[in-house]
Amino acid sequence: MNWIAIGHIDDIPLRGARCVRTPQGKIAVFRTAENEVFAIEDHCPHKGGHLSQGIVHGRAVTCPLHNWVISLETGRALGADQGEVHTIAVRNEDGELSIALESLMLAAAE
Amino acid sequence: MTHKTEKLVIIGNGMAPGRMLEHLFELAPGHHEVTIFNAEPRVNYDRIMLSPVLSGEKTYEQIVIHGDGWYIDHGITLYKGHRIVAIDRAAKTVTSDHGVTESYDKLVIATGSVPFILPLPGKDLPGVVTYRDLDDVNAMLLAAQSRQKAVVIGGGLLGLEAAAGLAQRGMDVTVLHVMPTLMERQLDPAAGYLLQKAVEERGIKVICKANTRAIVGESRVEGVELEDGCIIPASLVVMAVGIRPNTGLAKEAGLAVNRGIVVDAGMQTSDGDILAVGECAEVGGMVYGLVAPLYEMARIAAFHLAGDRSPAFAHSDTPTKLKVTGIDLYSLGDFADGDDRQEIVLRDATAGVYKRLVLKDNRIIGTVLYGDTADGAWFNDLKKKGTDISEMRDTLIFGQAYQGGSPLDPLAAVAALPDDAEICGCNGVCKGKITGTITDKGLTTLEEVRAHTKASASCGTCTGLVEQLMTLTLGDRYNPAAVTPMCPCTELGHDDVRRLIKAKGLKTIPAVMQELEWKTSCGCAKCRPALNYYLVCDWPDEYADDYQSRFINERVHANIQKDGTYSVVPRMWGGVTSSQELRAIADVVDKFAIPMVKVTGGQRIDLLGVEKEDLPAVWADLGKAGFVSGQAYAKGLRTVKTCVGSDWCRFGTQDSTGLGIRIEKFMWGSWTPAKLKMAVSGCPRNCAEATCKDIGVICVDSGFEIHFAGAAGLDIRGTEVLGLVKTEDEALEHIVALTQMYREQGRYLERIYKWAKRIGLDEIRRQILEDRDKRRAYYDRFVFSQKFAQVDPWSERVSGKDKHEFKPMATVGFPQAAE
Repeated sequence: MNWIAIGHIDDIPLRGARCVRTPQGKIAVFRTAENEVFAIEDHCPHKGGHLSQGIVHGRAVTCPLHNWVISLETGRALGADQGEVHTIAVRNEDGELSIALESLMLAAAE
Repeated sequence: MTHKTEKLVIIGNGMAPGRMLEHLFELAPGHHEVTIFNAEPRVNYDRIMLSPVLSGEKTYEQIVIHGDGWYIDHGITLYKGHRIVAIDRAAKTVTSDHGVTESYDKLVIATGSVPFILPLPGKDLPGVVTYRDLDDVNAMLLAAQSRQKAVVIGGGLLGLEAAAGLAQRGMDVTVLHVMPTLMERQLDPAAGYLLQKAVEERGIKVICKANTRAIVGESRVEGVELEDGCIIPASLVVMAVGIRPNTGLAKEAGLAVNRGIVVDAGMQTSDGDILAVGECAEVGGMVYGLVAPLYEMARIAAFHLAGDRSPAFAHSDTPTKLKVTGIDLYSLGDFADGDDRQEIVLRDATAGVYKRLVLKDNRIIGTVLYGDTADGAWFNDLKKKGTDISEMRDTLIFGQAYQGGSPLDPLAAVAALPDDAEICGCNGVCKGKITGTITDKGLTTLEEVRAHTKASASCGTCTGLVEQLMTLTLGDRYNPAAVTPMCPCTELGHDDVRRLIKAKGLKTIPAVMQELEWKTSCGCAKCRPALNYYLVCDWPDEYADDYQSRFINERVHANIQKDGTYSVVPRMWGGVTSSQELRAIADVVDKFAIPMVKVTGGQRIDLLGVEKEDLPAVWADLGKAGFVSGQAYAKGLRTVKTCVGSDWCRFGTQDSTGLGIRIEKFMWGSWTPAKLKMAVSGCPRNCAEATCKDIGVICVDSGFEIHFAGAAGLDIRGTEVLGLVKTEDEALEHIVALTQMYREQGRYLERIYKWAKRIGLDEIRRQILEDRDKRRAYYDRFVFSQKFAQVDPWSERVSGKDKHEFKPMATVGFPQAAE
C-alpha cells in the first residue's frame, strides 16, 4: 500500500474536519471527539454537499446542505436516507496522518 | 341569580382560602361579595413550590395559582400588601394597616403561620432569614449571588429543601440539626441516615446534635456559634426550626385560641360569624402544616359558607415527601417502636433502598420508604382501610406489583388500585375521580386533568401516577411526551434544558451533557448548536464559544450555497451606502471574479459565488473600505431596514433612517434564538414594511409605535403592537429589552412570533411595557452581553483566526510540475 502524508492530527480541530485536494476530487478528513481520524469523499451522496463543512458528532457528520447524516466509519447514510460515499484508509503514526493511495485510485476508478 | 349577596371578608390569601373560594364559587355562584386582605403584596401562589423556585427549577410565574384575572373575573376586591390590624366583632368590621375598614357578614381568618425564631443573640442581624414566603426566597437568592457560605438551622423538611436549593445556587451550605438524625419526626433513624448521606453527596455539610449558642456578627451576620464554642462562618443564616399558628389577631379579638384558633368540625370559631381555615386553625385539638388537611378545611368551610353545615372535618394522616430532586422519601403514620407492634424491613444497600412497615394487629399503621417510594400510595390505601394483611405478609414489603405473581409493571400496579385509592395526597383526589373526569369531560392533557380534578396540581409528586391513569383510560390517545425532547440525544425539552443550565450553573457543552444525562457522547447537529447558543446567551463573559458546534455559515461568516461556494453580505447600516462603498464592492467583484451581485430584501448587497478559500481576502478588501460583516448568515441580528423618513420624505414624521442606524449600531453582533430582522418606517404608509418584521417601528407624530412578532416567510403574519413610546431613547430601550427577553426565553430556531405566541402577548407587554425594573434589567443584561459579542468576525479572520477553516489541509497526488 502506498501511503501519502497529509499532515498532523493537530491541524484538524477536535470534532472538526479539513479537506485534502487530490486529482480525483476532494477528500474530507475528520477528527472525532475521541481523537479518531476518518477520511471519506467530500461529497454528500444526496446533493453533493461538502461533508467537510458539516458538524461532527460521534462517528458521524451532518451534511451542511440538507442535514443528511453520514457514518464516518462506513460512508453510509444513517437513518432513513439511502446513499453511500467512499471511505479512504487513514494511518495515524504519533499524529502524523497519511492516506492510502490505492483506495484513492479505487475511488477514482469507479 | 340576582339576589345578592353576603359580604365575605377573608384575612389572608394563601392556598387554603384560595381553595375555599374555588369550592364556594362552584357551590353558590354569585352569592358572595368577596374582599381579601393579603399581607403579602401579591396574588395566591403555591407555597409548596417555593423550594423549586429557590433551586431554580421553577419560576414564580409558574407557581401562581390565581392570576390577577381570576380575581377580576370573580369580582373579588383584593388588597395586596394590607395587613389587618384589628377585628371589631361588635361592629363586624376589619381594619388594615393602611387604614382601610371593611364590614363583613362572614369573616374568614386564614392568617397561616409564622416561622419560629430561636431566641438567640444576634437573631435580628441582617442576613438572618426565615423560609416562609416569596420574600424569603428572594432574600436567599440575593444572598446566593455571593456564592459564599450559608448555614441552615433546622434539619426538617423546610430546612433541607432550603439547603438543597442554596447549594444548587452555588453556596457552600452547612445544616445544623439539634436532633441525632435528620427529619426525625417523619423518618426513623435508618432512613434519616440514608437521607443524611444523600444530602452530603450534594456537597452539603450536616452537623447533627448541634446546639446553637449564638449568631455572631458586627453589622451583619458573620457566622453561627455552637455550644462547644466552634464558629461556622456564614454570610446567610436560614432559620427553619418550625412554624406556629399565627393567632395574634384572633386572640386580640377575643376568640378562643389554644395552639391555634379553635374551630369546630365545621370550621367555625367561637364567634358564629367568623371561620378560620389553614395553618392558623386548630380542629379536634390538632394543628396542621401539610396541604392536604388544609385543603380539606377549605372544602368544609366552603360548604359552611354556602349554607350546608353537614360536612365535618375528620383527621387523616398525610404522607410526607421531600421536594429535593433526586431524593425519594415517603413517610406516613406512626412508626415508633412498641411491644404490640411488629415491623417488616427491606434494605438494599447498593440500590440505596430502605423500606419499613410498622404493623399492629396485622394492619399497617406506619410506613417509611426511602429510595423507592412507588408503593407509597398502595401502603397508604391499605392503612386507611385497615386491610388485614396476614395473607400477603410474606411479600407485602415488595409492594403491590408483587402480589399475586403479576409482573412488575407499574401500569398494571396502577390498574390494580381500587377506585377509591388516593392518588393525589395534597388535594385528596382518588383514582375513580380522575378516571371518571377524564372520560366525562374528554380530557386528553395533563394540564386539563390538573385543571378539572386538581390531581398533581400542587406538589406534583403524583404526576407519574396521574399520567399512568391517563394512559390506562385513554390508551394511545394520551401522549405522555407532552414535552418534545430537543433531539434524540435527550428526553428534555428546550425549556427544561435552558432552565437547568441556569439553575445548575452549567457553563460548557460537556458539563450540560454530563449533568443532564445526554444519551450520546457528543450530541448531534441539532442539539449542539442549540446548547452553544444557550451558553453564549446565559454566560456571555464566561463561556468560550464552541465553533465546532456552530453551523458552517456561522463558522465561516458567510452563507453556504448549493455548489459549496459562499455568499458575502457586508453591513450597510440602515441600508444606507455611498459611492466610495459601492466602488470598493465593484473592485472586489472584479478582483475575485464574483459571478453575481444582488440586492437583498433587507436592503443589502449580496456577493454570490465566492470560493471558500477566497473569503479572508475578500473580507480584507471589504474591510479596508470600512465594511464589517453583515451577519446575513447568523441566528442573530441581521438587518434594520429603513425608509428615508423626515429628512427627505414629505410624509415622514421622524428620522426613521437615523433610528434604524442607531438600533443597528447598538444591536449588531448579538446572537438570538433564530434570525432577527427589523425595520423602521417613518410614517404609517410603512415603506420599510415594518409590520411583517420580527421587530418593527412605525413612526408617528406623537412618537414611535413598536411592533413585534411579525413574519413573512413560511408563515405570513402582521405584527402585534407592543406599545407607543415618546422618544427615540425609549424606543431603543424597549426594543433592546424585548430582544433580550426573547434571547433568554426563546427555544433555538424559534422565531419571535412563535415565542410570543407561546409566552402570551399580554405577558410580554406586562414585562416590557409596564414593569420598568424588569425592562431595565433586560436592557442591562443585553448591554453587558454586547461587550463580548460586538467583535467583527471578518477582521478577526483577516488577522489569522481560524486559518485552518479556509485552506485545504493538503494537496496531494498532482504532478510536481502543476505546483
